[in-house]
Amino acid sequence: MILVTAIVKPFALGDVKDALERLGVLGMTVSEVQGYGRQKGHTEVYRGAEYTVDFVPKVRVEVVVADEVAGKVVDVVVEAARTGKIGDGKVWTTRVEQIVRVRTGERGADAL
Amino acid sequence: MKITGVNTGNTAYVLGCAALVMLMTPGLAFFYGGMVRAKSVLNMMMMSVVALGVVTLVWVSVGFSLAFGNSNGGLIGDFSFVGLRDTTAVVGAGIPLQVFAMFQLMFAVITGALLSGAVADRARFWPWALFVGVWTLVVYVPLAHWIFAVDGFASAHGGWMANALRALDFAGGTAVEINSGASALALALVLGKRRNWPREPMRPHNLPNVLLGTGLLWFGWFGFNAGSALAAGAVAGNAFVTTMTASAAAVISWLALEHRLDGRPTSLGGASAAVAGLVAITPACGFVDTVGALVIGLLAGVVCQLAIRLKYRLGYDDSLDVVAIHGVGGLLGMLLIGLFATVAVNPAGADGLLYGGGLGQLGRQAVAVLATVAFAFTVTYVLAWLISRTIGFRVDPEVESEGIDEAEHAETAYDFTPLTSSIGRTT
Repeated sequence: MILVTAIVKPFALGDVKDALERLGVLGMTVSEVQGYGRQKGHTEVYRGAEYTVDFVPKVRVEVVVADEVAGKVVDVVVEAARTGKIGDGKVWTTRVEQIVRVRTGERGADAL
Repeated sequence: MKITGVNTGNTAYVLGCAALVMLMTPGLAFFYGGMVRAKSVLNMMMMSVVALGVVTLVWVSVGFSLAFGNSNGGLIGDFSFVGLRDTTAVVGAGIPLQVFAMFQLMFAVITGALLSGAVADRARFWPWALFVGVWTLVVYVPLAHWIFAVDGFASAHGGWMANALRALDFAGGTAVEINSGASALALALVLGKRRNWPREPMRPHNLPNVLLGTGLLWFGWFGFNAGSALAAGAVAGNAFVTTMTASAAAVISWLALEHRLDGRPTSLGGASAAVAGLVAITPACGFVDTVGALVIGLLAGVVCQLAIRLKYRLGYDDSLDVVAIHGVGGLLGMLLIGLFATVAVNPAGADGLLYGGGLGQLGRQAVAVLATVAFAFTVTYVLAWLISRTIGFRVDPEVESEGIDEAEHAETAYDFTPLTSSIGRTT
């Protein structure tokens, strides 16, 4: 099993969610996060005084999927989140050792 | 007993204008409140609220009388109107004295409240309340007497600036605007900088509130300026035209310069610009025509904006720019009267340099400006220093970093617990 983590622009969340649903991914975890990559933050000016905003709001999407669909999941997320401009975010994968469905106690692929 | 000589039209007009000017102080609370950080917005707004309370009591007891009672040497009035209980006296163009006193009260209130912008985030509440009351009596009242108490209006003899010097100040360039700017500087110097200013960003937390406050100020300012004609007539109409023209011109010139200097026209810039234009036209609104107002407004948007940068150069933490907007704006308007005043709009005025009046009026304006700055700065500095050294004026450093609202008022303006969160909800 693979954990796919995507950090995307907040407005891309709807497209990412739709793309995952079309692929048959049944659930996901979403959180609001802040950070910066190569684009750094941005500068705001109030009455001539400059303030640098270091951390930019982003959305983190996490899904755990079976090994064989992970590559496809990464592809559709990247495609849905891409605007071609700086700050589009990142997607990465992590191997998951174990997963348990709390209600039934099912483990492994059955719990996905 | 029957009261004679009341002009109902003028009385209705001034009553309405007084209420308009009253609205400026809550408007100022929003203007200032939006500009501070979320942890000190309530304290910022409460400084205006308590000014409405304290200054009113000072004014109806002795303040109005000392400002508009018969003059002692042109410096201060007497006690003839103490308590404002004379319901029969009529002044000016048929206005009951009590109505005039309430119109003038609203000026005193907002002038005191204006100073709070210089001490955002760090002034203890009760020392502030004490300060604004005593300050009204020892700084505002004498200045109001000097410039607003015209001979033969409320009393036989008025203040030196209006009658002996014959400086022109239609609605308060000296007693309100320059006074608040110079006093704010003194106050900011006595209290000192906020912790970590200017290294730490202290961004405005609610710009829509700043714009709401700007709207209320702008609206109320028509009462302030056009109302200062104290009669519903042509001079009031001209003051209305010049007020709107100058503030509009300031918005355009400020935003254009800001775009050039900082890259974008900002909402805080637009709000500041409107106020700067209104400040600059305040002393001049009843003495200049539309052309004069246009130039005054355009200059205000440029000069006041550049003046904001001074505090970073010189290192005084005039947190919300009372000095740059009210002090410098008032100074600009007072001096430009010396160029643009024309008796064509107001026979009680004078002709400035550009209307064939020579340099005389400009000189008189300059004397009034210098006297106001010197008096306001000195007396305010001494008063703030005394409060600082006796009961203390400034909050503890921990309070400042944790937020003055919590410490001084046991309140927080906003509940930042997300509405859907089950963590941290205790009620």
